[in-house]
Amino acid sequence: MIQLKSLKKTFRKTQVLRGLDLNLAKGDRMALVGSNGAGKTTLVRCLLGQYTFEGEVLVAGLSPRENRREVLKQIGFVPQLPPPIKMTVEQLVQFSADLCDADPEEMLGVAAKLGLPIDEVRNRVFVRMSGGEKQKLLIGIALGRDAEILIMDEPAANLDPEARQVFFNLLAERLDRVTMIISSHRLDEVAALVNRVVELDRGLVVLDDHVDDSVDMSSVLNCSIELSQPNDAFSKSISEWGFTHNEGNCWQGQVAGPDRLRFLGVLSRYAGLLQGIEMKAAGQK
Amino acid sequence: MKHLLRMARADIGESIRARWFFVYTVVFGTIMVGLLVSGLTESRIMGFTGLSRLLVTYIQITMAILPIFMLITTVRSVVGDREAGVYEYMLSLPVGLAAWYWGKLLGRFIVIFLPVILAMMLAVAWGLIKGVTIPWSQVLLYTVLLDALIICFLGIGMLISTLSKSTDVAQGAAFMVWLFLLLFLDLILLGTLIREGLPAEMAVGIALSNPLQAFRTATMLLFDPQLVLLGPSAYVILDLFGRIGYIWWAMAYPLFIGFSTAGLGYWVFRRRDLS
Repeated sequence: MIQLKSLKKTFRKTQVLRGLDLNLAKGDRMALVGSNGAGKTTLVRCLLGQYTFEGEVLVAGLSPRENRREVLKQIGFVPQLPPPIKMTVEQLVQFSADLCDADPEEMLGVAAKLGLPIDEVRNRVFVRMSGGEKQKLLIGIALGRDAEILIMDEPAANLDPEARQVFFNLLAERLDRVTMIISSHRLDEVAALVNRVVELDRGLVVLDDHVDDSVDMSSVLNCSIELSQPNDAFSKSISEWGFTHNEGNCWQGQVAGPDRLRFLGVLSRYAGLLQGIEMKAAGQK
Repeated sequence: MKHLLRMARADIGESIRARWFFVYTVVFGTIMVGLLVSGLTESRIMGFTGLSRLLVTYIQITMAILPIFMLITTVRSVVGDREAGVYEYMLSLPVGLAAWYWGKLLGRFIVIFLPVILAMMLAVAWGLIKGVTIPWSQVLLYTVLLDALIICFLGIGMLISTLSKSTDVAQGAAFMVWLFLLLFLDLILLGTLIREGLPAEMAVGIALSNPLQAFRTATMLLFDPQLVLLGPSAYVILDLFGRIGYIWWAMAYPLFIGFSTAGLGYWVFRRRDLS
């Protein structure tokens, strides 16, 4: 589906991509990880036909520079930082739908599933929405059309746990027909979404490995936590995950299956307070 | 074509919400209202009175404000969008680069042209209400000349924004271009001619190649057919072109500059990194 051959990109005297070779087959879900300056964004922009480069980039057999429209019709893109677009939500969706020959209601429908109050924000200027709202709309635009490739840069970073669960479900619905590239600084953020991990370091692939993808994206874990003593910071963090406080120092709630690693990462900050943790797949006794 | 018009619509929508457009509209509206209220139509200059007098003054003021306003706002919005990451997202959508670039240019042209022409229409409406004779040929010619001037500076603005790496550089370059053209307006040229003893042909040649001067001379021609105001260089201009010929030159030359710079900008745009 995607082929990169000896891909090089140089900005003035700095070579950011240094002869990168990579192949992605249909159905691959690749985590693109690496530190700042590793070349993730540059690689993504080459795929989107935004950069000139040396070497070869083919998407479904076509060059994204020479066959822009044909290639980009197949790609849904979610950037890490929402751009300061001055259109209203309605205008942006209509504009995107027109260019992609898609149904704007489908795009708004996906955003609504993620928890974006469409009627409330319809006439609001995009740039004036909150970070989470912008992210929900951009995901809606990317998933609300017939894209065969999804390129997402930290797509769930600004989403609340509830929206993340819906997002995972939406991705789960598309697993069989979509190739995904999810760019992130940290593997634990995206590990559960992918079946392959590629790490870049200074413009070269330093790791290309497969990841166990037995986690059901739509699974949910029932979770209870017991603390040794009350703690305000913990209460705030855990409330953001939708947990409720029971008698004593016990908290209960649900965590999306693919989010378990991220959740445990949050708990690790309070390791000294933890007296007990129980996580069970919903429905399991 | 569908995508080009879609891009133009998007650019118009965004510009209308932008602060610069509000200021721009207010400036031109205020100028026209100011001219109407000040009773300029009652005064007389070189035999010119009524709406013609008002339009001549309006067009001279427009020539002073419009180019710099256009240059600064155009380069700011294009390079600014690229710096802010708008291009990264918008150009990830399946839109052709030609539709993107020329659609943006078309949208910007409409947005810049409308307030200027609406202010002129306001004057015409006022004239009709007051029962003043409307100089329709002058209104039409001014409209076409304004068109040409806008396209000229829009093209230059798009070229600067395509070549510049940052908003600061683009704004600086736009200002320098405007200053350069301003320096070569006839009054300064004639001053230099007198002081340095330059041949008249050279001064006139420079003036002819300055789109600002071409516009200015053509608008003068409409109320001063002998170009008395222009002094000795008028002889060369009128001998070379004649009155009608010069007006054609003043329309065609800025259009040529505008389309060639915009075309060059597009050529650079599609060969460079987009975001």
